[in-house]
Amino acid sequence: MGIAETYTRGRQFAITRPGSVLLALVGVVLLFDLIAGLATGQHSFSGIGSLVWDGLMRGLVVGLAGIGLSMTYSILNFANFAHGDYITAGAFSGWATTYLVAGFGRADVGALVLVGAGGSVFGGTLGIGVTTTPLAVVAGILVAGIATVALALFVDRTTFRPIRDADGITLLITSVGVAFALRYLMQFVFGSSVRGTTSQPPAIPLYLVDGAVRIDAHDVALVVVAGGLMLGVHLLLQMTKLGKAMRAMADNEDLAQITGIPTERVVRAVWVIGGGLTGMAGYMFILWKGTLGFNDGWLLLLLIFAAVILGGIGSIYGAIVGGLAIGLTASVSIIWIPSAFARAAAFAVMIILLLVKPEGLFSGRSTA
Amino acid sequence: MSVRNDVAERVPGGDAGLIVAVLLVIYAAYVLAGVGLGYSVRGQLNTIGVLTFYIGVFAMLALALNLQWGYTGLFNIGIVGFMAVGIYVMALVSKPLYESGGAAQVGGLGLPLIVGIVAGMAAAALLGAVIALPALRLRADYLAIVTIAMSEIVRFSFLSGKLQQFQLLGERVGFGGGSGLILDFTNPLEAFFQFFGLWDAYLGFVSAFEVIIPNNPKPVVDGLVYGVVLLGFVAVYFWLLKRTGESPFGRVLKAIREDEDVANSLGKNTNRFKIKAFMLGCALMGLAGILWLMTSGAVTPNFFRPRITFFIWIALIIGGAGSNTGSVLGGAVFAALLYQGPRYLKNLIDTVIPNADAPSGFGPAVSPLISNFDPAPLFFYTIDSVRQLQLVFMGLVLIWLMHNRPEGMLGHRKETAAGIPLTAPRASEPAETDGDDAGGGSGE
Repeated sequence: MGIAETYTRGRQFAITRPGSVLLALVGVVLLFDLIAGLATGQHSFSGIGSLVWDGLMRGLVVGLAGIGLSMTYSILNFANFAHGDYITAGAFSGWATTYLVAGFGRADVGALVLVGAGGSVFGGTLGIGVTTTPLAVVAGILVAGIATVALALFVDRTTFRPIRDADGITLLITSVGVAFALRYLMQFVFGSSVRGTTSQPPAIPLYLVDGAVRIDAHDVALVVVAGGLMLGVHLLLQMTKLGKAMRAMADNEDLAQITGIPTERVVRAVWVIGGGLTGMAGYMFILWKGTLGFNDGWLLLLLIFAAVILGGIGSIYGAIVGGLAIGLTASVSIIWIPSAFARAAAFAVMIILLLVKPEGLFSGRSTA
Repeated sequence: MSVRNDVAERVPGGDAGLIVAVLLVIYAAYVLAGVGLGYSVRGQLNTIGVLTFYIGVFAMLALALNLQWGYTGLFNIGIVGFMAVGIYVMALVSKPLYESGGAAQVGGLGLPLIVGIVAGMAAAALLGAVIALPALRLRADYLAIVTIAMSEIVRFSFLSGKLQQFQLLGERVGFGGGSGLILDFTNPLEAFFQFFGLWDAYLGFVSAFEVIIPNNPKPVVDGLVYGVVLLGFVAVYFWLLKRTGESPFGRVLKAIREDEDVANSLGKNTNRFKIKAFMLGCALMGLAGILWLMTSGAVTPNFFRPRITFFIWIALIIGGAGSNTGSVLGGAVFAALLYQGPRYLKNLIDTVIPNADAPSGFGPAVSPLISNFDPAPLFFYTIDSVRQLQLVFMGLVLIWLMHNRPEGMLGHRKETAAGIPLTAPRASEPAETDGDDAGGGSGE
C-alpha cells in the first residue's frame, strides 16, 4: 500500500468521521500532557498506578451491575431506573446477613439486622472483612443475590408485567416510581446515615517505579467474585438454550414467541440472572468501598447507564468494557481536571460517545 | 373521555373555571382542616401562602414540561439543571458588588433584578440548546439519560470549589460552592412594587392587615402576595403556551410528537422546531427556578437533586401530558395532596396526638411492637418520617397512574390547534373531535 493510498484513505476517514478524529486528537493531547507530567515529576508513576487500579475496581462494580441493566434494557426494551435501588437493596440485605453472622451474640440482633442504623453497632468494631470473617462475607454475598432476585421478581410480577406491552417510556416512568418507593422505604427502615461497614483490610504494597500501589484483600475479593460471575454469565449465555432464547427475544419478541420460545419464562430468567448479579455487585461495592448509605445505588446508577450505553445496549461484554471505561474515566480524569468534575467527566464521555457512535462500542454483537 | 369533557363543559367558564374550582376545593379543604384544629388566623394565612407558592411553582414547571413532553415529545428529565442555571446566573448578574466585610463571600455584577432574570432565562435556554443540538438525534430514552446526566453535571459544577469564586469583568463573583450562595439582592417583592411605584401603597396595604394579625404581619402578607404574583406568572405561562400550541409552530410540534417522519416529509425542518421548543421550555424552567428560589435568601447546589425533576413529572402525569389545563391542575393537585398534604397531615396529627418522644430509628420503633405488641412507637416513627414516606407514596402513585391512567386527568383531550374557536361554545361532541388528534402523549 502506497503512501498516497494511505493518505487518501486517511483523508476520507477524516471527512466522514470528523468527530472521531477530533476525539483522537484530544486523546493524544491528554496522553502527551500525562507523559510530560511524568517526565517533569508533576505526576508520580505510583500515584497514577493507584488511580488506574481504583478505576479498574470501580469499573468492575459498574460492569457487574451493568450486565443486569443491559439485559433488561435489551429484552424488555426500557431503561430501568429502579436498577440502582436494586443495588442498594442487595447491599442492605447482604450486609444485614454479614452483620448477623459476624456479630451474633456480640450485639443486639435488631441493631445487626438494621446494619447498625443510627450508630448502634459498627462494622469496624465487629472486625468485618474478607480475611477476618470470610464466612459472614460469603453468606452476605449469597443472601444479597437471592434477596435481590426475589425483589426483582416481585417488582416485575406486581409492576412491570401488567404493562408488559406498553412502550419504553411508560415503563421507564413506572420504574422511576419503583425507584422512589424502594429508596425511601429503605431510608425509612435503615435510616439515612452513611455507616462504615468494614475494618481495615490487609494490603500488599506493589512497587511501581517511584512508590507503592496498595492492593488490599477486598480489591482481590472483588476481582475474584466479579471475574467469576462474569465468566459464569458468559458460559451460561453461550452454552445454554436460554442464552439463545434471550438473543432471539432481544432481536424480535413476536418472532421469538411464535417460534415457541416461552417469552415470559425467558423474562423471568432475565430478572433472576440480572437481579442476582446486581445484588452481588451491590454487596461487593460496599465491601470494596467500606461505607453504606441508602443513596449508594442511585448514585451509581447514572455511571451504570453510561457504561451500558457506552458498551452498546444488550451486550454483556459491552457492559463490562463500558464499566471499566467509565470507572477508569471517573478515577483517572482527576489527573487533568479538578476532582469535583470526575463524575461529570464520566458522563461527558458517555455523551460524547453517544454523539460519535450512538449504537455503542459493541453494537450488533448482542450476546444476551 | 366524554365524561371528562362533560365535566369541563359543565363547569361554568370552561377550563379556567375548572382550574378555579379545583383551587377553591383545595383551599377550602386546607382552611377547614385548620379551622377544625383551631389554628390562628396568622397560621391559616401562612399555610395558604405556602400552599399557593408551591401550587404556583409546580404549575409553572409542569406547563414548561408540557411544552417539551406533551407537545413535542421530548423526554427531558434534567429539569433541575435548567432551574439551577437560571437562579445561579440570575444571582451572578443581580447580586450587589462584592464588599469586604459583608456577609456574602462573593458578590455579583450588581445589575437590576430584571436583567438578572432575563440573563438567567437566556442561560437556561442556551444550555438547552447545547444539550439539544446533539441529543435530539437520539432516541427518547437516550435523551432522558443525557438530560439527567447534564443536570448532575450542573449540580457538581456548582458544588465544585473551582467555581466558588472567580473574577468576571474585574469583579469578585462566584457560585459559592457547596456552602451555598447568599442571595443578597433587593427583596424581589419590593423591587416588583417599586418598579410600578407602588411600594408605599403596598406597605400601607400590609399595615391594614394589623387588624387581623396584630404583630408583624409583613412576612405573612409577603408570602400571600408572592403566591398571588406566582399565580399571575402561571397565567402568563398558560397564555403563552396556549398561544404557542395553537400557532402554526405548535401544530408542527404536535405533528412531530405524533410522527416525526411525516412532519419531516411535509417539508418541516423538525430538528429546528424541536430545538426551538426545547429552548423555550428550558427558558421557562429557568424562570420557574428563579421564581422558586429568589425569595429564599440563599441557594445551595444540593437543592437541585433529581428528585425535583420527578416531582414535576408526577405533576404533569397527574394532570395529563398534552393539556395545558391539565398541567396547571396537575401542579395544583400535586402541590396540595402529595407535596404539602402529608406534611400538613403530620402537623394535624401532631396537634391531635402530641408525640413528645418519637423513636429516632426504625429499630427502637419496631422492637416494642415485637416484644409487647405496642404499636405506638412505630406509629410515631411513621408520622415523624413523613418526609421520606411521602416520597414512597409518590412512587406508588406514579406506578398506579402508569397502570391505570397513563393519560392523567385531562390527557388525550382533543385540543384544537387553531387560534380561533372552530365551534360555538358548548358545541356537541362530534364537532369538537373534528380537529386534529393531538390531545395527549403520555401513553404514546
